[in-house]
Amino acid sequence: MAFEKLVFYILAAILVYAATRVITVRNPVHAVLHLVLAFFTCSGLWLLLEAEFLAITLVLVYVGAVMVLFLFVVMMLDINLAPMKEGFVRYLPVGLPVALLMLLEMYLVVRAKYFGVEQMPLPPRHGADYSNTAELGGVLYTDYVYPFEIAAVILLVAIVAAIALTMRRRPDSKYQNPAQQISVRRQDRVRLVRMEADKNE
Amino acid sequence: MNEISLIDWIITGGWILIKIVVIVAPLMLAVAYLTYAERKIIGYMQLRIGPNRVGPRGWLQPIADALKLMLKEIIIPANSNRYLFVVAPTLAIGPALAAWAVIPFDDGLVLADVDASLLYILALTSIGVYGVIIAGWAANSKYAFLGAMRSAAQIVAYEIAMGFALVGVLMAAGSINLGDIVRAQEGSLVHWFWLPLLPLFLIYFISGVAETNRAPFDVAEGESEIVAGFHVEYSGMTFAVFFLAEYANMILIATLAALMFLGGWLSPFQGVPLLEPMFAWVPGMVWLMLKAALFLFCYLWFRATFPRYRYDQIMRLGWKVFIPITIVWLAIEGAAVVGGLGPWFD
Repeated sequence: MAFEKLVFYILAAILVYAATRVITVRNPVHAVLHLVLAFFTCSGLWLLLEAEFLAITLVLVYVGAVMVLFLFVVMMLDINLAPMKEGFVRYLPVGLPVALLMLLEMYLVVRAKYFGVEQMPLPPRHGADYSNTAELGGVLYTDYVYPFEIAAVILLVAIVAAIALTMRRRPDSKYQNPAQQISVRRQDRVRLVRMEADKNE
Repeated sequence: MNEISLIDWIITGGWILIKIVVIVAPLMLAVAYLTYAERKIIGYMQLRIGPNRVGPRGWLQPIADALKLMLKEIIIPANSNRYLFVVAPTLAIGPALAAWAVIPFDDGLVLADVDASLLYILALTSIGVYGVIIAGWAANSKYAFLGAMRSAAQIVAYEIAMGFALVGVLMAAGSINLGDIVRAQEGSLVHWFWLPLLPLFLIYFISGVAETNRAPFDVAEGESEIVAGFHVEYSGMTFAVFFLAEYANMILIATLAALMFLGGWLSPFQGVPLLEPMFAWVPGMVWLMLKAALFLFCYLWFRATFPRYRYDQIMRLGWKVFIPITIVWLAIEGAAVVGGLGPWFD
């Protein structure tokens, strides 16, 4: 148990450090990489909670795909942070109340009254044969099958909408037609020329 | 915490370390001799002899190469991002080695018998791309950056097809534990998943070739247009680590293909009357290695045979050909599972 606690505190310290660096670091690429580190340590924490499916999925989806695309975009942009910081004092009167309000909301929801140790008993430790993946699958496809399917359809609509919004065919862009390309025959491209051998050596 | 359990921790940790060495040391040797095999095989395919000077028949060539790379100077470009430049090779090799933790070499012979090992593998192979992207960006070179961008887009595209192919495997096996997947293929050669999942099998292996940035999908390196792509600025050991990661990944993909589609450690003569007892003495690990070697040979064969894909062709193949095929085959497989199609799904 003590070892587990040690691992928890190490991971938590790294997580807090990485999350702070995401908003304090100057270079946007470094910020993205710190976010990756934050996700990674977060998934380590989930592993401690015996939620291995969620932990691995977090790495797979967020670290493996979403953050790669983030990095892709951030690296291409030439972001100059100085002009973005200019309006700090001007926006403070608006920003501060919003931040305080959010803090208050979070406090109202996440506090000892609802999430304290007395309210939530410690979940029982499971044996080695416990499969988090099977449990999740069982719940997701039986009890919550309709919410799950509705969420899937909403996601599909979002994908279609995103593609429809961004895909405009520019008339001047050139593209290949593979069907046409592979239907090419040799006679269309190559001509065999029979030539007399050169005699004066 | 009392002292006995502390000693227990140390002993357990020590055992795990020894097991890691037992897996990684032969892997490094395999990487070295895979480069030798590559040069020899491609050499013979191109009517050359390949390396034959160092040691008998060139057997010591990879050792000489490794020594040379270790002794060379590591040059860090003046305008590069120093820290990330050095970290990038580590990020490339870390996932490539960590994935081996869940590979079963024989029945029960596995370092970590994780329940969700297939997912773990998929997650780790997907973060290998960070090494490439960060290397390309930190080097502060146009060629390196172009290579990194190409690699990022390509890996994200092929990962989806690869993931769907794995979904097919876990549907057929009813498990995402690699050991259980192999045990589900027990029976005979036709019980292996290559037959009912043939399109997924082909797509998995081709996506694996694309994922490891090997020919004909090696636009991230693209010697003819962007010199060497993302590792153009690397020298000495930092370059060697990228090389190690690439080859370790190749062996990993080959082993995974053998585990998921060719029955892993199972003997190919299972269920054959006369041959099965004749080859019963062969350990399962040998079968696994032979099957992996078959895929590795294909890797080298592709490289000697196919011209490099054009970038738009790679993207088209990944998004418009592979992903639709996998989705259609998953639907067909679902119908087969529901209908109890023998001998695989009954």
